[in-house]
Amino acid sequence: MTSGTPTPVIELTNVSREFQLGTHSVRALDGISLTIQLGEMVAIIGPSGSGKSTLMNTLGCLDQPSSGVFVLNGQNVSDLSDNQLAETRSHQLGFVFQSYNLLPRETALSNVELPLKYSGGIKGKDRRAAARAALDRVGLSERYDHRPMQMSGGEQQRVAIARALVRNPELILADEPTGNLDSKSSAEVIEMLRSLNEDDGKTIVVVTHDPEVAEAAKRIIAFRDGQIVEDRPIDHPTDSVTDETNENAE
Amino acid sequence: MNPGLLISTAFGSVGANKLRAGLTLLGIVIGVSSVIAMMAVGRGAQISVTSRISELGTDLITVSPGAQALRFAFFGGGGNSDVLSLEDALSLKDDVFAPDVRLVAPENSFSGSAVVGSESTFVNGVGITAEYLEARNLSIASGRNITNADVENIALVAVLGSEVSETLFGQRNPVGATLKISSREFTVVGVLDSQEGTIFNPDNSILVPINTAHYRLNNGTGLFNSISLGSINVLASSEDTVDDARTDVSTVLRLRHELAADEDDDFLITTQQDTIETLEGTQGTFVILLGSIAGISLLVGGIGVMNIMLVSVTERTREIGIRRAVGAKRRDILFQFVAEAILMTFAGGILGVLAGWAIAYFGNGATVDGDIIETVIETHIAIIALGVSVAVGLFFGIYPAVRAASLNPIEALRHE
Repeated sequence: MTSGTPTPVIELTNVSREFQLGTHSVRALDGISLTIQLGEMVAIIGPSGSGKSTLMNTLGCLDQPSSGVFVLNGQNVSDLSDNQLAETRSHQLGFVFQSYNLLPRETALSNVELPLKYSGGIKGKDRRAAARAALDRVGLSERYDHRPMQMSGGEQQRVAIARALVRNPELILADEPTGNLDSKSSAEVIEMLRSLNEDDGKTIVVVTHDPEVAEAAKRIIAFRDGQIVEDRPIDHPTDSVTDETNENAE
Repeated sequence: MNPGLLISTAFGSVGANKLRAGLTLLGIVIGVSSVIAMMAVGRGAQISVTSRISELGTDLITVSPGAQALRFAFFGGGGNSDVLSLEDALSLKDDVFAPDVRLVAPENSFSGSAVVGSESTFVNGVGITAEYLEARNLSIASGRNITNADVENIALVAVLGSEVSETLFGQRNPVGATLKISSREFTVVGVLDSQEGTIFNPDNSILVPINTAHYRLNNGTGLFNSISLGSINVLASSEDTVDDARTDVSTVLRLRHELAADEDDDFLITTQQDTIETLEGTQGTFVILLGSIAGISLLVGGIGVMNIMLVSVTERTREIGIRRAVGAKRRDILFQFVAEAILMTFAGGILGVLAGWAIAYFGNGATVDGDIIETVIETHIAIIALGVSVAVGLFFGIYPAVRAASLNPIEALRHE
């Protein structure tokens, strides 16, 4: 694990989220308390409707808890205005979605540049340099000018990862990142996330159904009915579970 | 997002669907170009009327009989023709009571057929004194003007308008020839220069001495000074003293007609300025009407923009979600969609100005039903039309943009 004093990136205290569906309300999150430290790689698993996505939306500052406290990097998110939430999204975290969510008309470079366009005060030249660096990091140096339609699913997801990286946030949130991918592309994406965690020290939270993704994590949190039913570390004593990553890891 | 990025993003989005953007633009192009073209036609008509009147000289004042000649005119009369007499006209030449009056030219009218050999034409003639030509800014092409001796002698002489001369005499010089007007034989003493294109065109007219018109053609009776007049043309001493001259004329005529202070004038004084203002008022209404019709098409174009923007917001819900998820604020989304709407209407406005300008330019001098259309393109109209098209984009773009900005990012991301 990380040496020195652990720094919490995410601190949830008794967080609940209710939705009003017609006359009755649904508790998607029911009194969740959870701390994730800097440098962790956490897999969140659970059946559909167990509250995983709501948790991700909350962690991603796209949604606000109905009650409880969410502190992100020492900042109480519940206090933030809509504009401040937008700034937090662009500065402090990167989001990777199941369906990539790239802008179809734009090139890979332009898609990766997008978060920088909304953070203001960055020159076009610097934006493009940062976007190229992020694409290089995910191994897509040959794909700068390709549009999403011209790329494979795995490549598109790597563009999305580059987009999440481009502002250099500590926290990367991935929601079913391999859900739309074949096994080969999945392996690439898993390896990429793992490498970002191991080599770049990014804190990664990934929601998944994919056991291989879960296996790559250092900690698994299982959800059911809006509550945490299991929270355990995964030991990789020999690092033999995922074979090809040995050289990169540690 | 900074303005430069906003504009380039808007270009990208609008350019992504060129056919749709083009059709949407077309509404604005038609609206703006029709505003420009209509205003050019309207202003052209206005200016040409004004300039034609000004050719008569702005120091001309016309006095007509009858307090409300225009109202009487609707009932077939030309006002009470007994109210202005030749003596009234003569009394206006008075250095004491009317110091600002330079020239007085009374006139009456007659009509009848003018015959030379087998050629004949119906004419509306004017009975005049020697001063008439100067008052009306007319000139003699050949021969001479009617003199005041002709007037005193009730001479059977005539000055022909150029068109009458051509109808009756062809290319021959009619001076010295004779013609018959209402069966009386007249000698032609002169021909007027053509005044084609002016508002009171004398080309189809015949001028005779005022007394001759009264006693010989209108079968009038009475003393010389009492003969009734169609109107009196008065020239002010200068263009700056038109108002003073008007007051002079009013004072003298009120005295002569023994009107009490509380009685209305029994005559009507019209300056060229009055005529210009009246016509400009009418034309102004016409221009506003044309402009409004064109403006409505611009409005329709704007509704088209709004419609397409609403469709675009729905189609691009997911894009909005993505942008919001990577850090776009509500106002970034708002500005983006407003910028797209304005880009479309502004581009439409520019094309519309060019198209309207081209229509006005190539339409200038075209003939419709025998009338020559004159167009005057005014830069400020083009600038206003462009400004209005931007305002249309802003106005019709706001609502779709607000809808886009208020989308919930989570739901927007889920949108297929």
